[in-house]
Amino acid sequence: MIERRDFLKGCLACGVTAATVSVASGKAMAAGSFEGYPDAMGVLVDLTRCVGCRSCEAACNAEQKLPEPDLAFDDTSVFSDKRRTTEKAYTVVNKYQVADKETLFRKIQCNHCTEPACLSSCFVNAYTKTKEGAVIYNAKVCVGCRNCMIACPFNIPAYSYSSPLNPLVKKCIFCYDTRLKDGKPPACVDICPQQVMTFGRRADLIKLGHDRIQANPAKYVDKLYGEKAVGGTSWMYLSSVDFDKVGFDGHIQNEPIISNVKDFLGFVPMVLSIWPALFTGVHLLATKNKDGHHDHEEGDHQ
Amino acid sequence: MHAVKRQMILGVTGILMMLVSSVCFGAGIPDKVTINSIQKYYAPVSFNHAAHINKLKDCGLCHHHTTGAQVTDPNCARCHKNSGAQAVVSCKGCHTAEPFTPEALKQQRDQQPPIYHRDKPGLKAAYHISCLGCHEKMHGPTGCQDCHKRNDGGDAIFKSGKYAPKAPAKPKAAHH
Repeated sequence: MIERRDFLKGCLACGVTAATVSVASGKAMAAGSFEGYPDAMGVLVDLTRCVGCRSCEAACNAEQKLPEPDLAFDDTSVFSDKRRTTEKAYTVVNKYQVADKETLFRKIQCNHCTEPACLSSCFVNAYTKTKEGAVIYNAKVCVGCRNCMIACPFNIPAYSYSSPLNPLVKKCIFCYDTRLKDGKPPACVDICPQQVMTFGRRADLIKLGHDRIQANPAKYVDKLYGEKAVGGTSWMYLSSVDFDKVGFDGHIQNEPIISNVKDFLGFVPMVLSIWPALFTGVHLLATKNKDGHHDHEEGDHQ
Repeated sequence: MHAVKRQMILGVTGILMMLVSSVCFGAGIPDKVTINSIQKYYAPVSFNHAAHINKLKDCGLCHHHTTGAQVTDPNCARCHKNSGAQAVVSCKGCHTAEPFTPEALKQQRDQQPPIYHRDKPGLKAAYHISCLGCHEKMHGPTGCQDCHKRNDGGDAIFKSGKYAPKAPAKPKAAHH
């Protein structure tokens, strides 16, 4: 009887401890708690400046030694479609008719999230968020599962479907290897004639972006896209029209993607380690009680 | 021999051009400005300064407050209403060709007072934003090669001309 009671107490204590620990750790790892590396770099993209020259696409192709494009980079017929990033193009520019006579161009590439969903979803840990702000990946460990392609809220990672033997995920790496790690801006930023993209510390760019809006409130929508989206991105955007109109997901969540699953995933270890012991104990206790108490109860009645 | 001759001709032409520019507008104001900051991809632009002055009259449209022209932007007028003509008026005197080097970024961050001139475009962007913005308004030429012809380096990076893709992608329908 005493042993049984101790066992029950033990089980309860374990359960309570586990619950407390999981709650505490849940709080410590609360979603959006990672504010980014202090000196992480970023890029502020001002859509109002882009003239659609596609120099950035050309520079990216050369810098990343990508395969030959289907069409020359000065061919504007590509604007008839809304393109996405591919294994052959880590960045593409799309054209949007936003008013009768007004068009805007929008460059797409990896936004280099502060808390990247691709990184969270990768079970071989191929992805790294570097202190310089880039989200890079190790192609050697990539197994080509394409979880990151599903996880990315911006549909950025592409896949080398053309390579049947060793297909890999392909995406913009902020020119990390060749430029960013030496403090240089990526190739697209460097070549842009209009300085659509301003390179700098992410923290400084947030201020710069808001200053630009404040200096010209009639020109810009009062929003810096990427300042808060999915926990913040290294690449941020200014626009003269609603972001929905130029292909952005205007209703994207402000919490990092990982916070959608963090609470649930935090529960899994507790369930796996505590519940078997707990319920075995409860089961043993319940069945023993049944057998033992029957005699007593019968005796009492008599 | 030919090389020497060509160099001599170039040298003489250069001197003549310098003379011509200083003669027409008096000291300091050039008739033509050679812009060659992106000669890796494009031939230099021989900017017809005189023609633009004749057409626009207002120096401040391009040179902001530096030529001593009347400042109209209220934000600039706070400090530069009466600041007069500056010693440096050329684009490249203020707009750096490399705006994103670690040194340039640090300089921008540490600037005192930390309010104005912090969002200053680099030299290439200063040209393009100013020129292209005005050309769009005034219906001037706006194509890239209307102002500067692409050279071999430019063709190579744009995969154009002799570097054009050899096998253009066939439309999907072609397979059927």
